[in-house]
Amino acid sequence: MARISLKDVRKSYGATEVIHGVSIDVDDGEFVVIVGPSGCGKSTLLRMVAGLEVITKGTISIDGRVVNDLEPRARDIAMVFQNYALYPHMSVRENMAYGLKISGMAKPEIAARVARAAKMLELAPYLDRKPRALSGGQRQRVAMGRALVRDPAAFLLDEPLSNLDAKLRVQMRLQIKQLQRSVGTTSLYVTHDQVEAMTLADRLIVMNAGRAEQIDTPMAIYERPASTFVAGFIGSPAMNLVPVTVAEGGVVLPGGTVLALPGLALPAVGSALRFGVRPEHLQAQSPDSGAPEAQASESGMPEAPALTLEVFAVETLGADAYAHCLFPGGSDHPDEGFVVRLPGNTAARQGDRIRVSLDLSALHLFDDTSGRRIGEAV
Amino acid sequence: MNRATFPHKYLPWLLIAPQLAISLVFFYWPALQALRQSLLREDAFGLKTQFVGLTNFARVLSDPAYVNSIKVTTLFSALTAGLSMGIALLLAVQAEKLVRGKGLYRVLMIWPYAVAPAIAGMLWLFMFNPSFGTLALPLRWMGVQWDPLLKGNQAMALVVAAASWKQISYNFLFFVAGLQAIPRSLIEAAAIDGAGPARRFWTIVFPLLAPTTFFLLVVNTVYALFDTFGIIHAVTGGGPGKSTETLVYKVYNDGFVNLILGDSAAQSVVLMVIVIALTAVQFRYVERRVHYG
Repeated sequence: MARISLKDVRKSYGATEVIHGVSIDVDDGEFVVIVGPSGCGKSTLLRMVAGLEVITKGTISIDGRVVNDLEPRARDIAMVFQNYALYPHMSVRENMAYGLKISGMAKPEIAARVARAAKMLELAPYLDRKPRALSGGQRQRVAMGRALVRDPAAFLLDEPLSNLDAKLRVQMRLQIKQLQRSVGTTSLYVTHDQVEAMTLADRLIVMNAGRAEQIDTPMAIYERPASTFVAGFIGSPAMNLVPVTVAEGGVVLPGGTVLALPGLALPAVGSALRFGVRPEHLQAQSPDSGAPEAQASESGMPEAPALTLEVFAVETLGADAYAHCLFPGGSDHPDEGFVVRLPGNTAARQGDRIRVSLDLSALHLFDDTSGRRIGEAV
Repeated sequence: MNRATFPHKYLPWLLIAPQLAISLVFFYWPALQALRQSLLREDAFGLKTQFVGLTNFARVLSDPAYVNSIKVTTLFSALTAGLSMGIALLLAVQAEKLVRGKGLYRVLMIWPYAVAPAIAGMLWLFMFNPSFGTLALPLRWMGVQWDPLLKGNQAMALVVAAASWKQISYNFLFFVAGLQAIPRSLIEAAAIDGAGPARRFWTIVFPLLAPTTFFLLVVNTVYALFDTFGIIHAVTGGGPGKSTETLVYKVYNDGFVNLILGDSAAQSVVLMVIVIALTAVQFRYVERRVHYG
């Protein structure tokens, strides 16, 4: 078990820099997930920690020891590959024992460790099979077992579940989490799947185009995304992010309606913003309520701001339905699409107008050019 | 089962006819001729032909020169196949490590394959000619009494070197392809598991190359048995004192030089049986140890 620490790590291929300085400290026993779209550099980063890629600049240290120039075998790490990388000519037992045998461990100790890992992963009946005689899920478990028996300082997992079918993936996700908790080994896990990232991580690194956009706990990232990229990437369905301009006491929505946002510190009138709200944080009012927008109620308390939307498609998922809407009078540009979560039995149909109210605490504002979050108070 | 069916009855036959014709004319017909000839006795002028049963076989197999030829062939084939495969594998592994100039290196490696056997033989003969050979001189400096024209072992070394050199290119190509088919992640996994380069090679790469190695073993054995005739003919002519007379060379020598057609035919039939048996053994016993992905 160990801490992994990255300090301003950079990677270039020739003149092209693909990782632009990532720094992070992974605590002892922590499960950190690196998530991002394909090509964002997350696998490269992991491979640099493993010693499979040269570090162009910066330092990586494991357990306080700088490992930049160490061979993979000297780093005391174990890795699970996306394609599992099981040795096809060896049985499950030999696959798991390979690393131990090389380290010169005594045979009885190897046998005991393999047996223990096989029991933990329910692989005992398959120990003498070759990998090709195993199913995808079993192969995945062998790959896990091979990492587990080594009892390394850290686990590195490179999209270990992406070759499994959806049902198995959920099952293995739970198993990996439990396993990591029970052995308590520091783990670095790479995935492009935001659900996997949210469910597994103690801490999440959201990467985009070679940069760590945000590093925080999954809930903190969900609640306070640092940029439009993170806001759109984490959460399903994605956060609505529509372009607006600041007006006096509110913002101008697509289509020209002004949405009053009382009590919010807004930038100068006329600045361009992205207005973000998650589909699940919108409250549909009854379709017949023809109340004027953002009106103060009779009690004098500010009523929650509300907007009128035009439905152009409804996707029913069972428990929920997602209404894909546009702003009346706005364009049908994809940026202006607005998704609202409704109950599964909603009566809303294409062409209907619905009114939704939103909670100010669930509102996110981003600078339109930089994409960075605005306002600490929101 | 899903089978494609064609409306034409004769078209399929027409399409395989060229291949069939080639096999019949160049393989089955000569083989049958050899079989027939091995049972006959013919005088040197081709005037009289007499059926003699298995007499030719009996004489050939009890001939000490034939037994010697079997020994020579075994040694020559084992050395040639072993050497050419070993060196080719070494070169292929080194080529894999190259970052720049990989393509050029491969092209250069393949060139010797384009050299005809007799030319290759002549090249080596000149290079190692005891009186004017460019490479014979350094050998002499090193204190080697170099004279392949008189010393059987040196003659053998020379033909083995020439025959291996020519085959290295071919083996190299297949080993390169075989190495490329091994997923990089396996090597990386082994590196993380703590295996150094040599260990990775022997425990991961070499076992996974087994299908390629096995294929090349069969091909190289057949090559050493048959296709090296040109080299031996050009370099030593089977000498000195039959020390490089392989089975194929003896077939040629007895049949076409000494015109003992019956003996020569009997030898080719024996050779045919040996090759079929050898290949069968390779498939039966060696292939068992081969792991196909």
